[in-house]
Amino acid sequence: MSDAGAAAAHATHAEHHELGFIRTYIFSTDHKMIGRQFLFSAIIMLIFGGLMAMMMRWELAWPETPVPFTSWISEPFMYAEPEHGLYGAYMDPAFYNSLFTMHATIMIFFVVMPFLIGGFGNFLIPLMIGAGDMAFPLLNLLSFWTAVPAIGLILYSFFVEGGAAAGGWTMYATLSADPTLSGVDAGVNLWIISLLILGVSSLMGAVNYITTIINMRAPGMTWFRMPLVVWSLFITAILLLLALPVLTAALGMLLFDRTMGTSFFLPGGGGEPILWQHLFWFFGHPEVYVLVLPAMGVTSDILATFSRKPIFGYKAMAFSMISLAFLSWIVWGHHMFVSGMNPVLGTAFMLTTMVIAVPSAIKTFNWLGTLWGGNIRFTSPMLFALGFVSNFVIGGLSGIYMASTPVDIFMHDTYFIVAHFHYVVAGIIFGMFAALYYWFPKLFGRMMNEKLAKTHFFLTYIFFNCAFFPMHFLGVAGHMRRIYNPMQYEFLHDMQWWNVFITMSALCLAASQIVFFVNLVWSLIAGKKAENNPWDANTLEWTVPSPPGHGNFDTTPTVYRGPYEYSSPLVKEDWLPQDRQLGPAAASVSH
Amino acid sequence: MLRWLPEDVSPYGAGIDSLFYLIYYITAAAFILVTALMIIFLYQYRHNDNRRAIYTHGNTSLELVWTIIPALVFIGLGLASKSLWEEIKLTIPETDQVIQITGKQFNWEILYPGPDGEFETGDDYQVDNDIHVPVSKPIRVLLKSRDVIHSLFLPNLRFKQDTMPGRTIEAWFQANKPGKYEMPCAELCGFGHSGMKGWLYADTPEDYAAWFKKRWPDAALNGAPASEAQEEVAAAPSAESNVEAGDQTLGQTIEAAASAAADMQAAGAAPTEAAGEAVAEAAQETTEAAEETVEAAVEQTQEDGDTAAASVEDAVEEAAE
Repeated sequence: MSDAGAAAAHATHAEHHELGFIRTYIFSTDHKMIGRQFLFSAIIMLIFGGLMAMMMRWELAWPETPVPFTSWISEPFMYAEPEHGLYGAYMDPAFYNSLFTMHATIMIFFVVMPFLIGGFGNFLIPLMIGAGDMAFPLLNLLSFWTAVPAIGLILYSFFVEGGAAAGGWTMYATLSADPTLSGVDAGVNLWIISLLILGVSSLMGAVNYITTIINMRAPGMTWFRMPLVVWSLFITAILLLLALPVLTAALGMLLFDRTMGTSFFLPGGGGEPILWQHLFWFFGHPEVYVLVLPAMGVTSDILATFSRKPIFGYKAMAFSMISLAFLSWIVWGHHMFVSGMNPVLGTAFMLTTMVIAVPSAIKTFNWLGTLWGGNIRFTSPMLFALGFVSNFVIGGLSGIYMASTPVDIFMHDTYFIVAHFHYVVAGIIFGMFAALYYWFPKLFGRMMNEKLAKTHFFLTYIFFNCAFFPMHFLGVAGHMRRIYNPMQYEFLHDMQWWNVFITMSALCLAASQIVFFVNLVWSLIAGKKAENNPWDANTLEWTVPSPPGHGNFDTTPTVYRGPYEYSSPLVKEDWLPQDRQLGPAAASVSH
Repeated sequence: MLRWLPEDVSPYGAGIDSLFYLIYYITAAAFILVTALMIIFLYQYRHNDNRRAIYTHGNTSLELVWTIIPALVFIGLGLASKSLWEEIKLTIPETDQVIQITGKQFNWEILYPGPDGEFETGDDYQVDNDIHVPVSKPIRVLLKSRDVIHSLFLPNLRFKQDTMPGRTIEAWFQANKPGKYEMPCAELCGFGHSGMKGWLYADTPEDYAAWFKKRWPDAALNGAPASEAQEEVAAAPSAESNVEAGDQTLGQTIEAAASAAADMQAAGAAPTEAAGEAVAEAAQETTEAAEETVEAAVEQTQEDGDTAAASVEDAVEEAAE
């Protein structure tokens, strides 16, 4: 296979100069270009998702006051008063529901997944395993161009009659299954169709990743010499392959209920609303690991590189990811402790949930072990990776509260859970930034500005914690999630100042991202030219030019060792690339 | 953080809160340990050109330690949670107080059975959003929904339970201190979700008697009609009595459902619904799968008279198996 792969790589390499603009930049079959396309689509959607969050935060801190800069949004979503001029408009409660629904949908399906899986998965897998491209380049092209209409539909759904979906990203039946109950008709149908299409796109990607990793590894790249980020993407792809059909089936049933008069989820016709929850979370919990595993992989690679140390417990890291993936299939009921599901089942799901916390703990301690005794370089990717670990620790620990069934009676559907999943999922954004700062030189052939990057990190880290940590306090006070005006509840009046504090922090967090966008644009245009291996890293992508040419490798590399041989006694320098053959001279250095 | 927990006035809230404190101290300790180690390592092992990182691939015994210790902690927490959960969710104390709460967009519809202790009779009283209950008495609630999923949340009573369209979910709460407690909906239920709330009034015995007198002037709270009402409550099939009576109760339930269905034309839908509830309650103590079958059968009973009675019988037989 590797010989054939190498031959194919040469063939593609030869074609390189004949491709026109459209084949190179738009309908490209090159995994690197497709990766960049996914990356940019995710960054654009990140702006939309973030702005929606800002509008919600304004509403929560200063309920029923005009939201600045929104008077351009038409009725019935926002109501502008003439005397406020351009300043702002009042938000309709139904529009608030659309905002949190679309914020979550966009951030999960259109930001984190395309960024880490579509973007870095595509870019890194062939480069890190020493392959010329993906196993199915055309399928890869289709995967991206199938995602584009999904993006279009989800954004378009804001402009149809009744507005965008407003049932929460979990879209619980019966609210979602009968258009008369929510008042949103076409918006939910578009939401369903968009996710169905996106599921097809992800499925094509997953098949491609799995095949590529199994078949196209360079000679010597055994399973346990693969970088952990490749491991994480491999496991993620398998999870997607198995979970997406469940979501597709559930979405199909929901669409039938809405448009064709079936009643899978409507009790009036003999259906069961709770069936939707079972199906949704059977997909939804593996989905959580789809989101977080790639960030864990990225973090493992970056921590090892900048600690100049082998990763602590490589096999434990790989096996803990595998066990997370397995266990993720049997914990879905912990989302449903107070749903009316049989309480005996609640106990069973609590116990499996307690078990899944163990591999997460192993990963955290192994990351600490990697730092121990290192020679740590505080580069911007390292800072973001450390930020990810720090957030993951908080997000992981706060999960234990909800795992305990009696405590969940109180915590369920409060801001405690909002804090928890933002520490995990919004924490993944630290992993995303770490990946972008780390591989930016390889992606675009230029370095990012390190000073701006560090400024970006410190501002983001501080305001992230100021914005999300106090949400735990709100949750402890019983503040429900998905409410439009907390001041409607007397028991929450004393906590309102926390809402104001959180909103101010969130606005600062958003403003801090300007530093990132300035750095991104400036570095793309005028950043310092990057060398092949600016970080002195070991893995194969750093042995080729930045950015790598079509076909990646001139000759298929041979791999002699694992990916994390930093500070090895065999060589003088503190890194030892995977493809370097140690001759007798090098061997003698160690003696 | 702990001081923001709303005041607890419930019998099981102390257990929930102490479990919360326990987890709080464990997670705080773990957080401090990990963060402190991280900061120490980052400082002590910061970059230095004259030093080389320690070349190690791990330490199996150390890794075993930090696998086993968290596993033991989690198992302990799981066991502690299990017993408390069963106490709250799987047992409903003996009580003569029962109310039915139905979620609807966007109010809580409260139905009191009145002095006779039975629903669907002439002395029922229905009101939106205000619940009056006597203090320090367990209240059995029958939760229903008219349209979408709602969730009855009583922060001070540490109570939260979703309502599910098509089902009757049985639960209980108790307020040990007189007062007025806010009762929001905690599950997104549509554009009016924010602001959907009611109030629970936990009345002293005197206040409760006064409220009761005002509502039902002819009936004495603890007099002769009330004792009759209590008997009827006791006679009404509750989840516990069904378990005790076993097959016998199931048989009665079948008969009740069948006769109710037969009487449907004469007596309207009401008896059918009552019988349907009895079936549902009986099934709640059996397996989840059987429960869902019965629920489906109950739905049919309400809609479809005679033919449904047969399917209820089938469903209950399945449940009994």
